[in-house]
Amino acid sequence: MAMLSFERKYRIRGGTLLGGDLFDFWIGPFYVGFFGVTTIFFSVLGTALILYGAAIGPTWNIWQINIAPPDLKYGLALAPLREGGLWQIITFCAIGAFCSWALREVEICRKLGIGYHVPFAFSVAIFAYVVLVVVRPLLMGAWGYGFPYGILSHLDWVSNTGYQYLHFHYNPAHMLAVSFFFTTTFALALHGSLILSSTNPPKDDDVVKTPEHEDTFFRDTIGYSIGTLGIHRLGLFLALSAGFWSAVCIVISGPFWTRGWPEWWGWWLNLPVWR
Amino acid sequence: MRTVLGIIAGVAALLLTVAQFGTAGWTKPPILANQHGFRGTGMDQVKTKAEAAAIRDANVAPAPAEKVEPGTDKAGTTYENVQVLKDISTEEFNRLMVSITEWVSPQQGCTYCHNTENMADDSLYQKKVARRMLQMVQHINADWKEKHVGEAGVTCYTCHRGNPVPAQVWFDAPSPTRGFIARNNGQNMATPSTGLASLPYTYLEDYLAKPDPDQSAIRVNATTALPEGKGKPIQQAERTFALMIHMSESLGVNCTYCHNTRAVAEWSQSTPQRTLAWHGIRMVRDLNGAYITPLTATFPPNRLGPKGDAPKINCATCHNGQNKPLGGAHVIEAYPELARNTAAASAPQEKPAPAPTPAPTPAPAPAPQ
Repeated sequence: MAMLSFERKYRIRGGTLLGGDLFDFWIGPFYVGFFGVTTIFFSVLGTALILYGAAIGPTWNIWQINIAPPDLKYGLALAPLREGGLWQIITFCAIGAFCSWALREVEICRKLGIGYHVPFAFSVAIFAYVVLVVVRPLLMGAWGYGFPYGILSHLDWVSNTGYQYLHFHYNPAHMLAVSFFFTTTFALALHGSLILSSTNPPKDDDVVKTPEHEDTFFRDTIGYSIGTLGIHRLGLFLALSAGFWSAVCIVISGPFWTRGWPEWWGWWLNLPVWR
Repeated sequence: MRTVLGIIAGVAALLLTVAQFGTAGWTKPPILANQHGFRGTGMDQVKTKAEAAAIRDANVAPAPAEKVEPGTDKAGTTYENVQVLKDISTEEFNRLMVSITEWVSPQQGCTYCHNTENMADDSLYQKKVARRMLQMVQHINADWKEKHVGEAGVTCYTCHRGNPVPAQVWFDAPSPTRGFIARNNGQNMATPSTGLASLPYTYLEDYLAKPDPDQSAIRVNATTALPEGKGKPIQQAERTFALMIHMSESLGVNCTYCHNTRAVAEWSQSTPQRTLAWHGIRMVRDLNGAYITPLTATFPPNRLGPKGDAPKINCATCHNGQNKPLGGAHVIEAYPELARNTAAASAPQEKPAPAPTPAPTPAPAPAPQ
């Protein structure tokens, strides 16, 4: 296995959170660690249970396989395996696998001596998932409010859950989340094209340009360049905000808002200026 | 300078973010579990337990009046000018009159409709309207029983709730009369009946006012995989959306009460309640067209809307925020005289009577409409 020259420096023991030296080794290019083992355990078990659920279900059509949460009547209790219990165990496995993966990233950060930005960013995605399948169901009093695991079935759930509030696009947090999703792709497109433009000069001038050129492009265009480091801060902020507001927009729908979302805008219609 | 501006912008964003949770209408758990489809489909009705209890308490059917021993005298022979209820006994007639007073004009009493000098006198418009409304109630209970109202039936109270004019009535919306915009195509005005959405607000006139509109007016989805014609414009879809929001708000339910929204038009994936709602739309059209609108000339001008139209009914008039009006109480059981047509339907004298309401379209139930 080829190894970069500096890798020998950090491929040494230490920096683990759990398990001490027991799993502190690499298999080929992959760091294992205690949380690598738990990641494998939860993901294999969860995937096997999904396959089992598909096997006892009505179809092997990849689009239609559906592992549905329990009926609302089970509340926050455990449900029979074939009536949503499978969904509960798979949810547990998924959270176990996601959290293990994040902690494995933390251990690698510690070994490298870098910041925890990557595991933090991944944690926001985990947070959004946990809000969907744990926090909101807990607040509403039944696991049945979680979304089903299936390619088409989870889309159907999204559609129906949106229509529970008559017109979900009026949800202010949903508006923020959607805006951040669009903005993050917009920022990434600007950033990606700018980097490629400065590293791919026209044929007759084969000198790769520096960040000064990149900054100058945006200063000339809009009077301001956020800079080489700043664009990555901005990108991280936009992306995490998109995930964060997604979580907010769904956790307020149901536990804290039960009417149609258009009605939330009553305050706007009632502003003293024009009411 | 740039830093200061950045901080100001950050603080403003934070304050706006916090402010969105300071508006009216927020609730808190516990939520009442109300599953309405297969598990995991998200077809659930969402209300807090407190909201559900408040709606239930606000929609209690009044206790029916004490039963009376029917005598042998008919109301039509005891009293003068009894037209609709002449074949019931005098005792039952008097009991019903007392009940109607409690249902419709508890504050105003008998004199709201009657000239107490001469109870047979038809000079008050209220009496002429009430007579027609009695026929309407009988028509609903007799001819719409199977298709919409079922065993619960309706009485005057179902709509009136102790008010001479039911709280939930609607008029044709006036056109904008000031400003730069001469007409607005009936859109971009948030109205309570569409749950404050800025959807078209003239949809009630389009869909619920006339007895026999285009039967496919509401459906906007294509029924074929590929386009075979021009299709309907987006404004038509918005009108339909407005009507659907009105129905949801009126019944205190959400879209998934009738539809699996993965395919809203598909009857085979809809709930049985959609069939009831389909007939309900036709019932409201029938009642507005055959009973309410013909009374326009009977009403005094102050009872008419800005465009001179009679106060009409929609889903909310009976339902008032519940999927079953008055909690589904069988209000008609104690008033059998209101459960059957006792007189040929005829409109008041001022206007020529419309043809007796034809039996509504025989419903091919969930047939493709």
